[in-house]
Amino acid sequence: MAQITIDNPSDYPVDRLRAMVQPGRVHRALYTDQRIFELELERIFGSAWIYVGHESEVREVGDYRATRIANRPLLMVRHRDGAIHVIHNQCAHRGTMVVAGDRGNATEFRCCYHGWTYDTDGRLTGVTLPNGYPAHFDPADPGLAMAKVPRVANYRGFVFASLSPDGPALEDYLGYMTTSLDDLVDRAPGGELEVAGGTFKHAYNANWKLYLENLCDAAHPLFVHRSSIDAAGAQPDSTWSDGSGEIAIRQMRQNSAPHSFWEANVGIWTYPGGHSFLGDYHDDKKLVGAPDDPVFREYAAALEAAKGADEASRILGVRRWNSNVYPNLSFMSQFQQLRVVHPIALNRTVVYTYNFRMKGAPEKMFERTISFANIVNGNGSLVLTDDLETYNRIGSGLSSGGTDWLEIGRGYTTDRHDETGGRRGLNSTSEIYIRNMFDAWLGLMTGAPTSDHDGAINGSAANGK
Amino acid sequence: MMTTRAESKATLVDIGIVERFLVHEARMLDEARYDEWLELFTNDAWYWVPSEPNQKSPRDTVSLIYDDRRLLETRVRRLMSTNSHAQEPPSRTSRIVANVTFDASSHEAHLVRSKLMMVEYRLDGQRIFAATCFHRIVTAGDTFRIASKRVDLINCDAIFEGLIVPF
Repeated sequence: MAQITIDNPSDYPVDRLRAMVQPGRVHRALYTDQRIFELELERIFGSAWIYVGHESEVREVGDYRATRIANRPLLMVRHRDGAIHVIHNQCAHRGTMVVAGDRGNATEFRCCYHGWTYDTDGRLTGVTLPNGYPAHFDPADPGLAMAKVPRVANYRGFVFASLSPDGPALEDYLGYMTTSLDDLVDRAPGGELEVAGGTFKHAYNANWKLYLENLCDAAHPLFVHRSSIDAAGAQPDSTWSDGSGEIAIRQMRQNSAPHSFWEANVGIWTYPGGHSFLGDYHDDKKLVGAPDDPVFREYAAALEAAKGADEASRILGVRRWNSNVYPNLSFMSQFQQLRVVHPIALNRTVVYTYNFRMKGAPEKMFERTISFANIVNGNGSLVLTDDLETYNRIGSGLSSGGTDWLEIGRGYTTDRHDETGGRRGLNSTSEIYIRNMFDAWLGLMTGAPTSDHDGAINGSAANGK
Repeated sequence: MMTTRAESKATLVDIGIVERFLVHEARMLDEARYDEWLELFTNDAWYWVPSEPNQKSPRDTVSLIYDDRRLLETRVRRLMSTNSHAQEPPSRTSRIVANVTFDASSHEAHLVRSKLMMVEYRLDGQRIFAATCFHRIVTAGDTFRIASKRVDLINCDAIFEGLIVPF
């Protein structure tokens, strides 16, 4: 595995990387330069905690599912000792990808090429014709394996892996964002989630960073989603719906909120390490018609029965929209959605999206999760397709090179510290969450602690109040 | 001439008439006459493009597209608008409908299976889609209406960029 060579960057000296991230703006090379992309794979995806799956996907011994960190194919496996391992999907012999399918159950993995076999923790168990090898070859050498990813950790069922043997523990890395994962789990009356309902895989031809940069962007819906806002606004509610269209149309109409709503009602919170969430936003009443809706009332009653009235009220009072864990995870709790952004190439990004079923909730709640997934994450969504178009156009536009600097300064002078340990915008229209991601980017790319950049990129927050 | 069992059941209506109806539907889509396409559906119709092979239900598993009538109307309104960025410039498509057979047929409805090949061109990119379509067709006066349409793409679980034009 590539070691992180912070002190000896090959092409981009540290001061040059630093010069590309300035107060309120970044150089376009961060999105267009192949060498920077390769450095990102090595220094960001090669060290950060990356979400690789949920424990419910490998419930039984021998269960495996294909996963990846950036462009590296990996397997997440439940070994017979109960531990979840993440191993490289690569044969130690000639490099063949050992498992081609998405998921399954196995007692061992056997390479299709020459039949070398591996235990479900990646340990080599069988070498075909182990004759006449030179002295270095030892089938008992633990390095001769479907190599284990050095670190794997689980927070309340969410499994993360790091390609680096060193670095902060997962909970330290997540920091305050554990409360967003808590929000996702706590909403399940039975206290557990399971991945269910299939996967969307959508793609665009532009840089991976653009995706998370859009997920807390309060200023874009009125422009990007104009066509679906207008179409949903003009839709008579008298037309027949089996319920799924109703959920979708509510969401599209919510996108019509004027900028004054985002300025007055919605907040953006950011945390060290590049994480963020949009808060005080989603509203059960608007999105699912609660509390007049019988399905939501049944769900709320189940939650109250399981957790008590006070705790249920606290849980349903958390009003976060997208929560983003740097560099490539985003999730939202109300409709149990999760997205993972995979950089495939400089100008090619693939996003996998998942849904969770809440244990102990009425099945109709899960049907709404599915309807919501279709409208926000579906390849044929009336909403997402305009986002994907926008990313493609950024990819094309940036190659023009008309200007070298991209402006990420909205709200720069009014950002402030927050009592929960992060920094927040004056309101949700601040681009602080993008600046915050570049703080993390610079920290990982140059090896300097994030706090060093607290002043370089953000305005008033940097003044240390 | 040999007749298959499905065909012999289907003598209620000539398969050629149904095929002409499906070809007409394909033409409405190829010519971007989406409002006229919508008129081919019943008032309680649904339109479904599953995300998994042999997907059982649109309720417990995500779908590339699953529109009840209300969402289908919204989809068509957006397609007809001039401010959909994902259709600026618009796609051009060419569809071939073939291998039209009855799965079942009765006085109430015809369950029709067909093959669809669609080529889509937009912004220097060309994509090919191949699918088996299942139409539930009902008679309405002297014409047909689509009560439901399911489109099983052979690559339904692939990685896709945006799917904007209906199949």
